Amino acid sequence: MSGRVETSMAGTGSSASRIVIYGLLLLFAVIFLTPLFVMLITSFKTLDEIRDGNMLSLPQSPTIAPWLSAWGSACIGLTCGGIKGYFANSIEMVVPAVAISTLLGSLNGYVLTKFRFPGHKIIFALMLFACFIPFQAVLIPVARVLGMVGLGNSILGLILVHVVYGLGFTTLFFRNYYEAFPTELIRAAQIDGAGFFQIFRRILLPASGPIIIVTVIFQFTNIWNDFLFGSSFASGDGVPMTVALNNLVNTSTGVKEYNVDMAAAMIAALPTLLVYVVAGRYFVRGLMAGAVKG
Amino acid sequence: MAFLEIKGLFKRFGKVEVLKGIDLDLELGGFLVLVGPSGCGKSTLLSAIAGLDTISEGEIRIDGQVVNDLRPSKRDIAMVFQSYALYPNMTVAENIAFGMEMRGVPKPERDAAVERVAATLQMGHLLSRKPSQLSGGQRQRVAMGRALVRDPRVFLFDEPLSNLDAKLRVDMRTEIKKLHQSTGKTIVYVTHDQIEAMTLATKIAVLRDGALQQVGTPAEVYNRPANLFVADFMGSPSMNLLTSRVVAHNGGTALELPRPNEAAILLRMPPNVAPGAVQVGQEVIVGIRPEAITDPDGADRNSPLVEIVEAHVDVVEPAGSDTYVVTQASGKEVIARMRSDADVRPGSRIPFAFDLNKAVLFNPESRQRIG
Ligand SMILES: Nc1ncnc2c1ncn2[C@@H]1O[C@H](COP(=O)(O)OP(=O)(O)O)[C@@H](O)[C@H]1O
Ligand SMILES: [Mg+2]
Repeated sequence: MSGRVETSMAGTGSSASRIVIYGLLLLFAVIFLTPLFVMLITSFKTLDEIRDGNMLSLPQSPTIAPWLSAWGSACIGLTCGGIKGYFANSIEMVVPAVAISTLLGSLNGYVLTKFRFPGHKIIFALMLFACFIPFQAVLIPVARVLGMVGLGNSILGLILVHVVYGLGFTTLFFRNYYEAFPTELIRAAQIDGAGFFQIFRRILLPASGPIIIVTVIFQFTNIWNDFLFGSSFASGDGVPMTVALNNLVNTSTGVKEYNVDMAAAMIAALPTLLVYVVAGRYFVRGLMAGAVKG
Repeated sequence: MAFLEIKGLFKRFGKVEVLKGIDLDLELGGFLVLVGPSGCGKSTLLSAIAGLDTISEGEIRIDGQVVNDLRPSKRDIAMVFQSYALYPNMTVAENIAFGMEMRGVPKPERDAAVERVAATLQMGHLLSRKPSQLSGGQRQRVAMGRALVRDPRVFLFDEPLSNLDAKLRVDMRTEIKKLHQSTGKTIVYVTHDQIEAMTLATKIAVLRDGALQQVGTPAEVYNRPANLFVADFMGSPSMNLLTSRVVAHNGGTALELPRPNEAAILLRMPPNVAPGAVQVGQEVIVGIRPEAITDPDGADRNSPLVEIVEAHVDVVEPAGSDTYVVTQASGKEVIARMRSDADVRPGSRIPFAFDLNKAVLFNPESRQRIG
């Protein structure tokens, strides 16, 4: 009897605090989502409607013209071909950069945990240190090096820079993950006659799903969203999406087309959004797995 | 010539010397058990034989061939790991076949070999499962299957039963013994469990802090331990090790074991101690196993020297088939093993029969056996 009274009291107490919690959560969600909402609705409005209407009101006569213009015909600098070329630049840069840095990171992690050599700790410490070097400090040396090897102003150069810069992080992720991977499995495979790469491919990689997802999301978002390297080491038609978006917004010919700017910004943000939606829950799971085991 | 020979083996990790000069050999078809407390270097020695770790000094030969510089896969050995080390992303069948696949054995042959091993170990129904879907005992079985399918020159086992519960451990122990008898393979087996060592081995090597203490048949190691460490480590309950003094007695010598509040126990000199090996007045440690101290009716009738001594019973511990009876001597508890139907009550005085034919003496300074 008394038990039931207690539970019902606990019930009212928790439902009151629940209202507060959910209220706060809702409030913050609204605060965070409002800019996205404004961007989204603005990108479907006509210019007239933007000038006359309320920023928060839904579009009266929705149009996809701004999206088409942003994609295919908006003027960026002197050319008026939209952002599609730059979008392609970003894809061309981000896919190999993510793939290579992830693969190298996993190989590094493999060697640093399962094929240890004298001095492996120092090497790892140095790689970790690379994660903390501010971008600005390396801009000029990197530009010099890229120029010397003939990769200045090219997507290839950007790929190289992103791979090198990402290596510290990807190595860290994989090393911590593989540290917890049972060494006896590697030894069993050695006795079974598997070589260095066979062990990697047949034993280690199949068990690396969560950490691969974490690394890919992390690298993809970072490289896709990078502005500094893109604006420093590329120019003209060769710049990535983020730089082009900036140029589009800052282009001063004619009227300011907010709807086109918003649509272009949405397009620029889409790939990272997509990656999160598709793989986001694995991201959290992968981080947890590393945390618990490591 | 022995099938497996280890000569002057040293292993150092940086400055830490983990194996300190191991000399060991094993004949073809032998079952060598490396036994010793945790951290004494058993796994390191096994890894050295397998080639998973390089060695700092010394030589390892298999069938006359020096294998120091051979990779593990070229040594023709198979190993069963403590954690079983089953590849989690592969089915049982793929696990068993992986080694053959790496060696380029054609698929039909691999399948046939897997079938054969699965039949031997009665696990045909498990072949398509993943390791995560198996119980501990089944994983153990698969790990054995993976080793068996290779038909190697030497099997290496690293504490293969230590993750199983007590009942399963005893079953698998019997199974491993049967497997050895039916295949006649050469096996090196690591355990910290001295009972496992006694039941499985044709040869036991006792290891402590990276140095061999004694190598011999189970009977030798059990009955004539080389030193106090082996005497104490092997056997459960362990050997009674009692400090005593050599005294003159009836024209010969005897061992005097002081007791609280009564006359010391006097035991005539064990017959297997060579005359002159000990002097009157010398202090020695007498080692005598619980089963060599019995009730008079239970004493070995063929023993040339049994001493009957009256002593006070402190504790009685029935253990099913036997009863352990505890008394005091030399400031320690002395455990005797009596028949379960012997009439013993705590606090009473009863006769204890010491079978001195089974007693051994140790030098308290050098800690080595005398004679
Ligand atoms: N890679 C290593 N580096 C340094 N010390 C090690 C290494 N591997 C083992 N050891 C040390 O060697 C000793 C013996 O280890 P091990 O052979 O695993 O013992 P056991 O198998 O007998 O329990 C332990 O003290 C352990 O700390
Ligand atoms: Mg071990």
